[in-house]
Amino acid sequence: MSDANLFVQQRSNRRRSVLLVVGFLLFFAWIGFGGDFALGLMTADAAPGAYHHTFPWIGIAAVLVGSGLTWHGWRNGPKDVLWATGAWEVLQPSKPQEQVLVNVVEEMAIASGLPRPSIWIVPEQDPNAFATGTDERHAHIAVTEGLLTTLSREELQGVVAHEMAHIRNYDVRLMTLLAALVGVMALISDGMVRTGRHSRLRVRSSGSGKKGGLGGILLAVWLISVVLAPIVSRVLALAVSRKREFLADATAAQFTRNPAALATALRRIEDAAHATQTIHRGSAHLCIADPLGRRSSARDGRIADLLGTHPPMATRIARLKAMAYQFDQTGTLPGAV
Amino acid sequence: MTWIFLLLIVVAVVWAITAYNGLIQLKGDTLNAWKQIDVQLKRRHDLIPNLVNAVKGAMDFERETLEAVIQARNQAVKIQTDTLPTAGVKKLAAAEAQLSGALSRLNVVVERYPQLKATANIGQLQEELTSTENRVTFARQLYNDTATTYNVRQAQFPWNLIAGWARAEPVELWEISEERERAVPQVDLSKKPAV
Repeated sequence: MSDANLFVQQRSNRRRSVLLVVGFLLFFAWIGFGGDFALGLMTADAAPGAYHHTFPWIGIAAVLVGSGLTWHGWRNGPKDVLWATGAWEVLQPSKPQEQVLVNVVEEMAIASGLPRPSIWIVPEQDPNAFATGTDERHAHIAVTEGLLTTLSREELQGVVAHEMAHIRNYDVRLMTLLAALVGVMALISDGMVRTGRHSRLRVRSSGSGKKGGLGGILLAVWLISVVLAPIVSRVLALAVSRKREFLADATAAQFTRNPAALATALRRIEDAAHATQTIHRGSAHLCIADPLGRRSSARDGRIADLLGTHPPMATRIARLKAMAYQFDQTGTLPGAV
Repeated sequence: MTWIFLLLIVVAVVWAITAYNGLIQLKGDTLNAWKQIDVQLKRRHDLIPNLVNAVKGAMDFERETLEAVIQARNQAVKIQTDTLPTAGVKKLAAAEAQLSGALSRLNVVVERYPQLKATANIGQLQEELTSTENRVTFARQLYNDTATTYNVRQAQFPWNLIAGWARAEPVELWEISEERERAVPQVDLSKKPAV
């Protein structure tokens, strides 16, 4: 395994996390100060005694709220994600299956040289798994009950190794932040569009007519960006998450030296036809397989490439099988990390 | 002219410090991975008496297999591990390979007694055994990977120039020398029947 590449990967993930936070705050500033600007235009022609919007308090408030939300996402993101799925933590394994899960996670912690993450079970019959957390010391691995009953021990090991890989590559922090911030952004944008509908008429009648020109263009750009923000942020989230899956599969193969087991595990997860009920849209990109039951991930194509949270399953399985073949033949894995 | 010379010296010193720290870091990682093996081996040694007690009554006629496990365990426990694995790894590896072999033979034998397997206790012990063996394997894998990186780095130019200063010495890898252990069939008892 190549430590230099791992380091590059971790650093790039840290950088992306920072970029994400900065972008998020800039978005809030843009929404807030844009709102101030619009309100300023609206009240510019008002009667001398009436209210004139001169101090940008909306922008300042928006930045403060944005910072608060980011801080909350950073601190409580993992907890929120786990809470949203209804997962419970395995503290003292009571059933043999739970014991196996705990053992497998501990084995993978040894193989990856990471501290043991906390272990959660989602009461859900569809096989799926995800990892969340802020760093390798505060990490969580959650699997569904269905995963425990569907997979053999070796296959479970492959899936857990995949999740440990996300933790080691610092994917979890970025992905959890994304889950928290993208969700908030969609909410804000919805709200803005709703209030925008009420005030749009007044803006047109009093503001753009006189100030016109640059002000009008800025206003239009502001409105469009508010409407498009959730879509753009979702596509971004998807693009960020898909690349990581291949990498995590390869790293998992490094941990278990058994890519074939992960390949059959993915096949079984894919074959379980129904959607995961408890894992919602917001945290879909955290899971090992798309939990929304959009089995478009099986098809290779432009649309699937653009909109799926995960790369096509067939491609992932094919890559793992190629790794397994090479491992059987030569006893070494491709320098994948 | 002098300032170019000075600059070169500064660059060399900065590089030397970074490289030194890099080697020390790798050495620490290697030591840590080595300790991890130790922890897992100790865990395995502690598990065996329980395992043997649990199956002893039901397997009176397989005394030989049990004896072999106990023997191998006692041999392995005797070997003291060094803090820095520059030597003696082979001896330990050989002893532990013996133990691994004996344990997997026991596992195969247990499979032959359905009434033994039927008790939940044995099921738990088998899972425990599988996990323990896996832990040893993965700890060994991590150690070998880390140690290889460490060995290669300290022999490479220009790191080899400061290897002596950083007191870096090549460490031994944990290799499976026993042909017999390689030949042991992999029995995964926890495998579910294909649905």
